[in-house]
Amino acid sequence: MAPVATDPMAGLSGTCADVRQGDAQDAVDGVGPAYVARPGSTEETGELLRAAAAYGLAVVARGAGTKLTWAAPPTRVDLVVDLSALSAVVDHAAGDLVVVAEAGCPLADLQAAVAPAGQRLAIDEPIAGSTLGGLIATNGSGPSRMLYLTLRELMIGTTVVRADGVVAHSGGRVVKNVAGYDLGKLMTGSFGTLALVTRAVFRLHPVPESTAVLMAPAADAGDAGRLAAAVIHSDVVPSAVEVDWPGGGGSVAILLEGSERGVAARAEAARGLLGAAVEVSAGMPGWWGRYPWRAGEIALKLTCALSGVPRLLATGRDSGAVLRGSAGAGVLYGALPAEAADRVVPLRELCTSLGGSLVVLDAPPEVKARLDLWGPVPALDLMRAVKDQFDPDHRLAPGRFVGGI
Amino acid sequence: MSADLDSTHGTTKTAGSTVGPTSPEQDSAGTPDPAAIEAVRRELDALLPEGALITDHARLRTYECDGLAHYRVTPALVVLAATAEHVAATVTVCSEHRMPFVARGSGTGLSGGALPRADGVLVVMSQLRAIRQVSPADHRAVVEPGVINLDVTRAAAPFGYYYAPDPSSQQICSIGGNLAENSGGAHCLKYGFTAHHVTGVDLVTPDGSQVQLGGLAPDAPGYDLLGTVIGSEGTLGIATSVTVRLTRSPEAVTTVLAGFPSTDDAGAATSAIIGAGVVPAAIEMMDALAIEAAEAAVHCNYPDGAGAVLVVELDGPAAEVEQEFAAVRRFCEENGAFEIRVAADDTERALIWKGRKSAFAAVGRISPDYIVQDGVIPRTALPEVLRAIAELSGSSGVRVANVFHAGDGNLHPLVLFDAAQPGQDEAAEEISGKILDLCISAGGSITGEHGVGVDKSAYMPRMFSAADLDTMQMVRCAFDPRHVSNPGKVFPTPRLCGEVPGRHQGEHPLAKAGVAEIF
Repeated sequence: MAPVATDPMAGLSGTCADVRQGDAQDAVDGVGPAYVARPGSTEETGELLRAAAAYGLAVVARGAGTKLTWAAPPTRVDLVVDLSALSAVVDHAAGDLVVVAEAGCPLADLQAAVAPAGQRLAIDEPIAGSTLGGLIATNGSGPSRMLYLTLRELMIGTTVVRADGVVAHSGGRVVKNVAGYDLGKLMTGSFGTLALVTRAVFRLHPVPESTAVLMAPAADAGDAGRLAAAVIHSDVVPSAVEVDWPGGGGSVAILLEGSERGVAARAEAARGLLGAAVEVSAGMPGWWGRYPWRAGEIALKLTCALSGVPRLLATGRDSGAVLRGSAGAGVLYGALPAEAADRVVPLRELCTSLGGSLVVLDAPPEVKARLDLWGPVPALDLMRAVKDQFDPDHRLAPGRFVGGI
Repeated sequence: MSADLDSTHGTTKTAGSTVGPTSPEQDSAGTPDPAAIEAVRRELDALLPEGALITDHARLRTYECDGLAHYRVTPALVVLAATAEHVAATVTVCSEHRMPFVARGSGTGLSGGALPRADGVLVVMSQLRAIRQVSPADHRAVVEPGVINLDVTRAAAPFGYYYAPDPSSQQICSIGGNLAENSGGAHCLKYGFTAHHVTGVDLVTPDGSQVQLGGLAPDAPGYDLLGTVIGSEGTLGIATSVTVRLTRSPEAVTTVLAGFPSTDDAGAATSAIIGAGVVPAAIEMMDALAIEAAEAAVHCNYPDGAGAVLVVELDGPAAEVEQEFAAVRRFCEENGAFEIRVAADDTERALIWKGRKSAFAAVGRISPDYIVQDGVIPRTALPEVLRAIAELSGSSGVRVANVFHAGDGNLHPLVLFDAAQPGQDEAAEEISGKILDLCISAGGSITGEHGVGVDKSAYMPRMFSAADLDTMQMVRCAFDPRHVSNPGKVFPTPRLCGEVPGRHQGEHPLAKAGVAEIF
């Protein structure tokens, strides 16, 4: 039964102290909300979402707001749930290499909290200021995914608030745990369309004693492929193998992490693999772990089998795309000029033929409106069924995800 | 298949059998409906090649249990699937008749996850055993689910690669079973679990459709259904092809065996190693009783008089392993190790591991019956939990041998008893249940790698709230609204998929806030 003749503003305010009218600044990819609420706890978020359900409000979660223009614009937004007050590092169990943090916590704050113990969350921060919740929703990753994989593998426990306001947990506080379904994986990369993640538990890794970065120039895609493959298929165990491909040549850079003597010996071995022009340094090049696009460009995520990277680089250059990313994981990011939108389809066909996919993460609104952002999505029917279970009224970030979910 | 298991695991049982509102056997076995079974039999007989459908009772009985032989149910029908189409056809027929089906790989599972249904079809996957593709350039192999875990490594080894997840049963367990259980193994401390090493599956969904989840590349667009299916214990469908990640074989491996006066000392050494930022491939601990059993069974020649031993394996670039070994040696010595041995070659390494890997079977030498548990605790809770287990053992007179993955806090307490002695069975089950409670109250889990299956489903509510379990089962309802894919496993109470969630839980927030009164 729906509430009778009550103002949603008053209803929402009854559940959460910090509720206001939305303004132009609160627009989600051009779609403005009527209300913005800033809950202070998971429980309050639950109450808020129950109220939103009663009023039939469409809800979009927001962290730092660094990626709100990604994916498709929502078909409607009534309520933005600002999670910035849920910003605590709740518990750092240093001896167990585990940290519990709230979704609105900036990644940098979490790293600062665990650093004194010589630990870190082994995830990159491609966009400065990103919160944990934003990274989870968009499945953000960077160079270190080659060795440490991505957030979905590092997240060992998840607390969510469902569309109906019910709070649910999965996983736990121990790394090794197979009890029940892993809802954290389902949430990762779901763009807020299934539930709101309010808290997560992560496994941590020790900060290595020593690091070395080796960078070598590559004249063409074949050259880049050979250099990357030489390291990937060697015994030096790189944490990352990155390629930066602005067009007309580029560079391959690798990251080694370990003990001081171990890294020195491995760097020596890697130097032999990367050729005479290699440069060794302790720090990363400026482009390391940064997305290659500028404002107004088409932002792409391209994946392929490892052996397909050279072809992708070659075709990318011919298409006028700037590519950058993990040759060691088969995940690249690309930038196309807005006027080159017609290059998306052939690039996607290539990615698909190489065992991967191409997703348009972001683009100017008029370009985005014309593009198929996701490409072919196998098992879309199953995804719709999952959405229907979690959010039967389609009120969570409606329209933002694959197949109009 | 089951013959292999009996020799490996002897008579095992676990604590799950006496807890909960009804016993799991009654809950999950199902009541056969002869007319429905006959209808399904007729349809499958027409669809499958000759010999693929087993209906003979004596042959059906050979599939009555998996690695947890305590639970036995004779399936109504068995299908020996040889292709994905056989699987899809079988599942389609089952779905249409709302008849339960259970997939089975090698049948080595230790939680009864492949326990058949008396009212359903057991789909045996072991004939789907082709290694379709080994692609070292892509760090991938594509295999059928019946392929034996170790055979993936054997196929990749000539190229300098291996398949990292290594459950103790890796010589006989299948990739499909590993996928269902999200299997770990001794080396998952450094390399992770099955979920970290599978990038794609072809799945027959519970309505018989065939879908592809993931592939050669990571991060397929859309929801991570692949990550959701891995570890779902056969409740979301049956995989017919699995794309796995291959890992570069390490340049160097060093295996250390250290003897300590007590488990406290060995635990302190473990904490010191991890605390210093060393990530060994494996850190395994055994206590005095487990050592005694292993010596009796395989003569592994562990240090005399040890109250505990640690097996620490380091692997990676030679230069790193050398550094790490120096640190491990130092931390072991500082924490009371009275003997430290290093395997000089593969033969010595195999002997060190033999003691550890044979431990489950070995307790059969010192006890007629035993219960194996799989609880997990935060590693720092190890000393207090081990002391609590010792107290439980001391006050009840029930012996408990401890074998575990110390690096990640995954305990495998072996609760010893003699079923022929009156009352011992119950006492052992009580202790076993209390150990799981200890794990939960220490902030851990009821299962680290064996899965929930039928065995521990009754314990799920101790770890998860009703809302948690309800939410997990929303996924189940999306995949399997007819509730035919391995029903009775994992969840103690099925969720009715037609229900609208969360409409009747507590007072409405608007009413509570005094904003609205009429709903």
